[in-house]
Amino acid sequence: MAVTKKKAAPKKSNTVKLKFDTSWNYAPAPESKSAATIHKQYDLFINGEWQKPSGKKYFDTINPATEEKLSEVAMANEADTNKAVTAARNAYEKVWKKMPAKERGKYIFRIARMIQEKARELAVIETLDGGKPIRESRDFDVPTAANHFFYYAGWADKLEYAFPNRQASPLGVAGQIIPWNFPLLMAAWKIAPALATGNTVVLKPAETTPLTALKLAEIIQEADLPPGVVNILTGAGETGASIVNHPGIDKIAFTGSTEVGKLIQRAIAGTNKKATLELGGKAANIIFEDAPIDQAVEGVINGIFFNQGHVCCAGSRLYVQESIAKQVIRKLKDRIETLIVGDPIDKNTDIGAINSKQQLDTIHKYLNIGKKEGAEMYESSCPLPRKGYFCRPTIFTNVAQSSRIAQEEIFGPVLAVLTFRTDDEVIEKANNSPYGLSAGVWTDKGSKIFNMTKRMRAGVVWANTFNKFDPSSPFGGYKESGFGREGGLHGLMPYINLTHQS
Amino acid sequence: MATAKSLLTVPDFALSPRIDQVGVEERAARFTTRSIKKESKLNGLKLVLNMIDLTTLEGKDTDGKVKQLCYKAIHPHDAVPGIPTVAAVCVYPSMVKVAKKALGDSGIRVASVATAFPSGQAPRDVKIRDTRYAVNEGADEIDMVISRGKFHAGEYNFVFDEIAAIKEASGEARLKVILETGELGSFDKVRRASEIAMYAGADFIKTSTGKIQPAATMPVTLVMLEAIRDFYYKTGRMVGMKPAGGISKSKLALHYLVMVKEVLGEDWLNNEWFRFGASSLANDVLMQIVKEHTGLYQSGNYFSVD
Repeated sequence: MAVTKKKAAPKKSNTVKLKFDTSWNYAPAPESKSAATIHKQYDLFINGEWQKPSGKKYFDTINPATEEKLSEVAMANEADTNKAVTAARNAYEKVWKKMPAKERGKYIFRIARMIQEKARELAVIETLDGGKPIRESRDFDVPTAANHFFYYAGWADKLEYAFPNRQASPLGVAGQIIPWNFPLLMAAWKIAPALATGNTVVLKPAETTPLTALKLAEIIQEADLPPGVVNILTGAGETGASIVNHPGIDKIAFTGSTEVGKLIQRAIAGTNKKATLELGGKAANIIFEDAPIDQAVEGVINGIFFNQGHVCCAGSRLYVQESIAKQVIRKLKDRIETLIVGDPIDKNTDIGAINSKQQLDTIHKYLNIGKKEGAEMYESSCPLPRKGYFCRPTIFTNVAQSSRIAQEEIFGPVLAVLTFRTDDEVIEKANNSPYGLSAGVWTDKGSKIFNMTKRMRAGVVWANTFNKFDPSSPFGGYKESGFGREGGLHGLMPYINLTHQS
Repeated sequence: MATAKSLLTVPDFALSPRIDQVGVEERAARFTTRSIKKESKLNGLKLVLNMIDLTTLEGKDTDGKVKQLCYKAIHPHDAVPGIPTVAAVCVYPSMVKVAKKALGDSGIRVASVATAFPSGQAPRDVKIRDTRYAVNEGADEIDMVISRGKFHAGEYNFVFDEIAAIKEASGEARLKVILETGELGSFDKVRRASEIAMYAGADFIKTSTGKIQPAATMPVTLVMLEAIRDFYYKTGRMVGMKPAGGISKSKLALHYLVMVKEVLGEDWLNNEWFRFGASSLANDVLMQIVKEHTGLYQSGNYFSVD
């Protein structure tokens, strides 16, 4: 067992290949599921208590990694929405609006702390219900959700400093509809600023991922938030529609698909309802030849494979300067070989389960479109679990600007690689999209960063990094990626009316 | 390497790739979140032990000290069966003969620092004689230092030629080139120095002498591993990696293994291509191996202090 003697003759460089299927491997390291309590059945959280759905209907929520049923949750109908909005209105008029802002802040701080205390349980539930790797729910979703509550708790009694010489007053009852990709985090993004500004809330989590929002309801109950301030209704599209169309709602906050966003805008046209919509995206991630290549490659990997690519701001279009395209593509291919795809509850898993059968079908549809369009498809050689909804990390090269895989949002672990020659060309191509949520620029040259960020039509432009989120930083889109900002000082605006102080 | 044809492929080192510090540090941190349990932990620990260059580099080194270290190298912990030896013993040139004799036919290599270690502040002919002396005494491996002063002055050709000269003087011995990353000041320069060393003929690139802080860190090692990967792709030639100094705990060593596995893969996961330069790491690894066998941590008194 001394030094192992191996031949080290140079090989032809065009034949060399790194072998990532190593003899030393990681043993399974599953996070304990016992940390999480999931009830057999969940009712609706209305007026501070759990109420049976009027329609007496429940639907299953499953673990997409195993296809096993986790629980069943109530299907809210119009009557339930009515109850929830009434409860929210009462709480708004009688309690929340009148409460000194400092006291409101205390409740929000309490919720933030309780999320931290229950971080492990929330992370496990998020992973079981949604399919995202525990590494992400533990290190990103849950801590960022808690941070969001902390951040807005701080604003509650400081609105006069946020908007000097003006009076900020709440809108009333906010109807909030959130997606399945970051269930708890999106609930935090929606609830925290609404409460801090004195509004009350009726929130509907996504059909496939209701459990962490319901856990949050338990936290809210335990935090002794006044009844009716936050109401949580589970259900499908019809439930969402009943919230959007309810006359007692003053504001709609929606995160989800552009298609549904358009429906919402149509539905509220001519009403007094305010709205913020955070919709789809097809972010351009741009690598210049002077970029720090290895870090750029890592950023591209995080940009598209984070949360299985179920990210509205995912860097799904990669623009590489043609002079370095070969090198970058080789590095990307190597890197995806080392991504571990599998059981999301395993602490070493990098890419978990696709959220639903329906979404997996959509991704497969686009893989076929890409192949038919003549792009070269390269996928990781990793094995996939036999049960559950999984998709290998995939890269398409030889993609044209006119390819559908370069234009449409796939919402999966699929990267389209395109090349460019000049700065002007890539700006034009990057902006050549109906979306405008986010973008990334990789270059070692500071002046180029400023030139690019100024000319990109995207709500967020990351320079030499990607997918960075902080509660103090506003987030939102241009064009069909929606309007309104969440996070930061800007995130308070959609929940208030401003009048000049007399 | 030194044929006219291959020299044509030597790049302009002033143009070597730039490194983004924030990105490297984030990537390095991500390796530390891998969970290494059960058999992968035990196998990893044995691999780490087998990759150690057990080191003593002190002014007060004596024959007696080196002999004891060599015994430890061959018999790390005989109380538990199936424990591998370390890879090499690393000493000053004056101790090479003693180490060589003490290690006998164990297969453990003798590595010798040379070239006016650790500062490297000596004329080239002195460095060459230092190297030849160590080789003649029986060193299997030479750990040289680069001239950091010349490097900072932008005299890359000087640094390159010096490494090439030491490579020649090393003959059959494998050459490890110490960049002393703690003195280079930025990841950009670590990358540049790595390329100079590899193109000049290094068999290994090594972070540190252990005499300067900071010594090896995960981010700096990552930058070097990525340089090795790019060099391999360009030339088809494998170069080994040796982080040295500052790695004294098993857990950290396992994080390094994760990094090697995920950056360079299988071919580098052995002591022919990856080493740890360390003196106190071995005992911590042994303690962990024993714990994996018995389920209990034993006190430090059960492991030899050398």
